[in-house]
Amino acid sequence: MLTKEEELRLYEYDGSVETGRPDCVVFPGNKSEVAEIARLVNRYAVPMVGRGAGTGLSGGALAREGGVQVVFSRMNRILAVDYENQRAVVEPGVVNLELSRAVARAGLQYAPDPSSQKSCTIGGNVSENAGGPHTLRYGVTTNHILGLEVVMPDGETYRIGGAAVDAPGYDLVGLFVGSEGTLGLVVEITAKLTRLPESVKTLLAVFETTDDATETVAALTARGITPAACEMMDGWTIRVVESWIHAGLPTDAGAILLIEVDGPKEAAEEQAEAVVETCRAHKAREVRTAKDEREREALWKARKNAFGAVGRVAPDCYVQDGVIPRTRLPETLRRIAEIGKRHGFEVGNIFHAGDGNLHPMLCFDHREPGTFERAMAAASEIIALCVEMGGSITGEHGVGMEKDRLMPLLFSEADLELMKRVRGALNPAGLLNPGKLFPASKSCGEIRAPAMGRGPNELGEGVRGVTQR
Amino acid sequence: MNGSAEKLAQALAAIAGEANTSGDPHEIGKYAIHGVTPKALVRPANAEEIAEILRMCAAEKLGVVTRGAGTKIGMGGSPERYDVALVTTRLEQVHGYDPGDLTLSVEAGAHMADVSKLLGEHGQFLPLSVPYQKRATIGGTVASGVDSPLRQGYGSARDFLLGAEFVTGDGTRAKSGGRVVKNVAGYDLHKLFIGSLGTLGVLTKINFKTFPVAEADGGFLASFREETGAIDFVRRIAQSAVAPATLEILSPAMAALLGGQTDLGGMGMDSEGWRAASAGWAVIAGFGGSKKVLRRFETDLGGMASESGAAQAISLDGGTNRSVAERLREAIPLLLDASPATTVVRASVLPSRMGEIFAASRRSGEKHGIRVAIVARGVGIVYTAFLPETSEEKIFERLAAAASEVVTAAEAAQGFGWIPWCPDGLKRRALIWGSGRPDAALMRKLKLVFDPQAILSPGRFFGGI
Repeated sequence: MLTKEEELRLYEYDGSVETGRPDCVVFPGNKSEVAEIARLVNRYAVPMVGRGAGTGLSGGALAREGGVQVVFSRMNRILAVDYENQRAVVEPGVVNLELSRAVARAGLQYAPDPSSQKSCTIGGNVSENAGGPHTLRYGVTTNHILGLEVVMPDGETYRIGGAAVDAPGYDLVGLFVGSEGTLGLVVEITAKLTRLPESVKTLLAVFETTDDATETVAALTARGITPAACEMMDGWTIRVVESWIHAGLPTDAGAILLIEVDGPKEAAEEQAEAVVETCRAHKAREVRTAKDEREREALWKARKNAFGAVGRVAPDCYVQDGVIPRTRLPETLRRIAEIGKRHGFEVGNIFHAGDGNLHPMLCFDHREPGTFERAMAAASEIIALCVEMGGSITGEHGVGMEKDRLMPLLFSEADLELMKRVRGALNPAGLLNPGKLFPASKSCGEIRAPAMGRGPNELGEGVRGVTQR
Repeated sequence: MNGSAEKLAQALAAIAGEANTSGDPHEIGKYAIHGVTPKALVRPANAEEIAEILRMCAAEKLGVVTRGAGTKIGMGGSPERYDVALVTTRLEQVHGYDPGDLTLSVEAGAHMADVSKLLGEHGQFLPLSVPYQKRATIGGTVASGVDSPLRQGYGSARDFLLGAEFVTGDGTRAKSGGRVVKNVAGYDLHKLFIGSLGTLGVLTKINFKTFPVAEADGGFLASFREETGAIDFVRRIAQSAVAPATLEILSPAMAALLGGQTDLGGMGMDSEGWRAASAGWAVIAGFGGSKKVLRRFETDLGGMASESGAAQAISLDGGTNRSVAERLREAIPLLLDASPATTVVRASVLPSRMGEIFAASRRSGEKHGIRVAIVARGVGIVYTAFLPETSEEKIFERLAAAASEVVTAAEAAQGFGWIPWCPDGLKRRALIWGSGRPDAALMRKLKLVFDPQAILSPGRFFGGI
């Protein structure tokens, strides 16, 4: 448990541009400790917020209204792997990639692979319904979670779903996955494991313009080719990434597509051929196929470390997350560039093109007066554009603190009211992760709880007692 | 018609029009559920009318049961209150189909067959190969939660349902999700509607991800003397590179039913061939891909079948595969027709434990002297049908015991069991929703949010909802 000012400051941030400082940070070691903490927190009526590795991009794990931050880093055990039935039971603090590594020898993987998979936790993934490049073929987190054990805000623990599919009753697992930590604290997860493909082919298609690249994506979708992944990087991003990572990307290109196909050997080969053919038909100037695992890894390294590379060229980089129908890709990217230009930014794009999940990047220096505000204004316009195209305000980063105000773009008052009542039914006092998901309104009545933990007080002592036993 | 029923019909007519409302005893008799007849029926034209109807019913605390074509209306418990039958078949528009984006938005009363035809024209499909395909509506398919053989390769509705619009029990129009393939904005309330039997609200519009039809398709049938061979074959497939779209296990009685009643000419094999192939426990796999991929799958499946000790194994060409698939899709109606008191237990367990359910089903059938047929899906779903010769009251006790034993066996195998289909007289005697679970408490809280007056299909669902 942490209560010192300088220690708490470490938990003030996540991967987003938001902040929120807890009054106390606690590291439970098992689920009964979590339940006990919840009961204490409930008794003293202070906020409680779960946190995994803090890699979230929308402020979902930040203690917006202070209170107790429950960090799951100690609950990081893989409890069981059932190889025959392709299931794993894990604690929420297990790092995403660790699970895939642990089962790789048996030819299995945990399919959802967010870019932060080296550090993000499965508990965090469950809360946010995390995606990743390969979700195009394999689905997002919710498609891989079968059962959860959750501690409710009152400290009661429930098992929902299970190792088998189709529990009768309402699909509570479907509701909890992606609920951004506002309905319960997940303390155990039963996940589906997926067979590693027999064959993987990774291709790099180089285009003179972003239009050619986006039209290729639309054509692939329309032809019924479903690659395992289909990622796009525009010229600006290519140059930034290449200057840092040296993966051999063509720095004079307008855009590249990183396309991966997999499956049985025959299927992967045929799909790769179809991809090459489609790219050529849409003016790809070059299509390279990774010859071996090393080349494949180099291409993915460029993709997965792109945001880090961009971070080097600008003091601040605001990564957006919006979704559009794939048929609207070319038009949307053109309009995003225009929006950027109008606000004085060059917008970088590196995103899950196959899903229509955009990640426009706005780079700026917050020390320059007015730029932060201009970046935020441009970002809001971009998200409004996604909605106008028939899309969504977030594809995988979540609403959290970042987009609560944007929810009315998608949802009516009645929609939001119903969702709030669902939250109210399971999180009645509103103590669990308050101030998230929904636009603030008077009726919320979320009052910042009195500071606690900084000096000896009853709750602080109580929480300390739970974890020191 | 008594006075209150007449007044109700008039009030409904004021909302949906005379022509779309009825209180005529003869007509509403057709909408009875387990012998309970509503006072009136209404066919609203749109979500606004549904909202108005539900507001009125909530104010008067009138029980409402929503239905599409009514093909699966027998599932679930008997309604505790049933005043209004709300029929959705006038909501049948396709609102948005973007073949290039592989997304579809369709009204809940649209027929599966019409939607399938539309998608087929664009070389696409919805992986809901559900029973009663010719009559069923999209809304009923989602609300009943029936699954399809295609879940082996494509998952169940929760994997490709993108969003929905609905009217809750207090007459509020709301929605969740959206129309794009990736979206994490807000709670996925639409997922709660899958299999909810109309207890949360009336679905009005449903958005799906669609899928491209494979270039070619084929199938493979292997038969085994013992069920252990069939289970071993399925296990080997799960651990191989072969990715079937469907993978079904049939008990000998099920195979006989499936092939026995109709002319098999259309299935590309004669009765003799089918009988030989399905003499024991049969495993039928269906798959799509290029010709080359199909050949590879056939070769691999042949190898695995012989390693598992198959007595017979044959490849099915595309046409044969499709007619076999069509018949497998209709397995439930076939079973319901096979006995005057068919009782179907649906068990879901880990695939490695399916054998325990097969054994428990057989034991219960023998113990209670009732014929048993089983069809199971490779993902671990076992449908056990008890097929008594008679529907006389005297059989009910044994039938209830047999079905409940299989439910209990599923629960003992760390899975789930319930009884989606059984004679009306069994609804209160058997464990139709299983032995219950503590998380029903959470579900009851949600039910109260969506339907505070508990007017929607009261008493029909899990956990006393």
